Amino acid sequence: MPAVVSEGLVKKFGKTEALRGVDLQVERGTVVGMLGPNGAGKTTMVRILTTLLPPDGGRALIDGIDVAREPQKVRARIGLTGQYAAIDERLTGRENLEHIGRLFHMGRAPARQRAGELLERFDLVDAGDRLVKEYSGGMGRRLDIAMSLIAKPSVLFLDEPTTGLDPRSRLAMWDLIEELVAEGTTTLLTTQYLDEADRLAHRIVVIDHGSVIAEGTAEELKRQIGGELLEVTVPDRASLPDAARVLGSIGYGAPQVDDALGQVTVSIDRSIGIVPAAVRALDLAGVKVDDVVVRRPSLDDVFLSLTGHTTEDTPEDPR
Amino acid sequence: MAAVDTLPEQHGSAPSGGMWVLRDSWTEASRHLRIIPRNTELLVFAIIQPIMFVVLFVYVFGGAIAAPPGFDNYKQQYLLPGIFAQTVLFGSAFTGVGLAEDLTKGLVDRLRSLPMAHPAVIIGRTLSDLVRNVLSFAVMLGVAFAVGFRIRGSIGDAVMATLLLFFFAYAFSWIQALIGLSVGSVEAANSAGFIWMFPLTFVSSAFVDTASMPRFLRPVADFNPFTKVTNATRALYNGIDPGADLWWAIGWAVGITVVFAVLSIRKFNRAASK
Repeated sequence: MPAVVSEGLVKKFGKTEALRGVDLQVERGTVVGMLGPNGAGKTTMVRILTTLLPPDGGRALIDGIDVAREPQKVRARIGLTGQYAAIDERLTGRENLEHIGRLFHMGRAPARQRAGELLERFDLVDAGDRLVKEYSGGMGRRLDIAMSLIAKPSVLFLDEPTTGLDPRSRLAMWDLIEELVAEGTTTLLTTQYLDEADRLAHRIVVIDHGSVIAEGTAEELKRQIGGELLEVTVPDRASLPDAARVLGSIGYGAPQVDDALGQVTVSIDRSIGIVPAAVRALDLAGVKVDDVVVRRPSLDDVFLSLTGHTTEDTPEDPR
Repeated sequence: MAAVDTLPEQHGSAPSGGMWVLRDSWTEASRHLRIIPRNTELLVFAIIQPIMFVVLFVYVFGGAIAAPPGFDNYKQQYLLPGIFAQTVLFGSAFTGVGLAEDLTKGLVDRLRSLPMAHPAVIIGRTLSDLVRNVLSFAVMLGVAFAVGFRIRGSIGDAVMATLLLFFFAYAFSWIQALIGLSVGSVEAANSAGFIWMFPLTFVSSAFVDTASMPRFLRPVADFNPFTKVTNATRALYNGIDPGADLWWAIGWAVGITVVFAVLSIRKFNRAASK
């Protein structure tokens, strides 16, 4: 039995359909990354699975228990780290951990022991007895995740765990999550970043406008999107069709033409030697070129290729 | 480095019955109580405010007004019980501010995802604010004695008067809870929690006899639940029979607690961190 099952989940906020029948499974011991732009429905999904929001249709099960029918049983099995650090800043890290343990109805001594274990595990022993308001952003996030693990949850939910962190803290957070993954923590994480999902998740579910639009391993998705991209910038807009024709013969799939930027982008399956080849071919066709670059697909490219629109067209995340 | 095993072996259990509500409420209350001795600023203000209220009102306003019938003097025996009532009522505003803080910090989402008794989050908050209020009151009572306040009735009456004040303030902290859970920010909770308490406490018998008010204001002041609680406690401290005011005051406190507990618990169950 998968640890998380969602079948045809529907959620409406007024007239906005936040979720339009989402099916999802997370097998035990695996990490599923839910990838999508702001407003795609990721947070709504997490809120329903963690009993914070009732679904309007479909059903969701954690370890086979229905989240809408038996929320208290579900709550005893999950850990949630939301987008906002859910910590009492007036207390120390240790007190925060013990407090959550007590609310899971652990005895005083086991709660204290577990808090100690987690401080050690999350490299917070020295900071454990300091007030949380003195913590850095990265330390706060670590404590936040530690608090989600206090009762050894069956499933861990991480809602955009690195949003708002500086690059160094983000890398540290990735290392930490990778360690949890290696230990077999069943996790559902949401993210706006392709590289984050790529690095942390076994399987990626791409969600947009409340629907799953693609699903698979990172490799499968990349094959679908195309691996790397060749991007050519031309000085003269009139030469864009010629440039597109040339690039169409070098890459595969239809080249994307951006009139505003004067750019043509095409998927490529190899990067070695591709730039000289492209420059030669464009030169032969008489197309003047400003710039030729090879880059990894961004989330925008994924969305463009899967949905035909970029991430910016999506409205704000509804609650 | 110890491994964080996440086997389906759970420590947590789902609560059932009133025992868990009590236990979780106490756990939550202790989260707020343990910071009281640490937060010196808050502690200083919690002590200064009642002192300031007593001293300001007694020495600035107290001089010119004659004592209403049945009281030795206006300042100590009439005005001070009114200030007691106003100060403990203002103390209830902490509840709304505190809950708004938990809400904006995302703590409410976490608490709602735990297998605890969820009303305990608000019950714990109101109880800890009550304790804070009791501490504040003790300081105020000391200052009141220093400026000449005396208990004229029996000790039993005085204890009853004091308990009534606390019960009334406790009832109002449930109103504040609803406000704190309804507004979007700590600042809004602060203003929205305080603003209406000024007319409520001033258009009452707390500072002057309602008989001295303009004709249109008098029925409002007489109906005001704050008038009832002030009259009842003032009578009890002065060894006068509080009459029906005592039952009115208790009735209001019970009614407010029940109605606003239901409303704010329902609000909490739908709350989303902002």
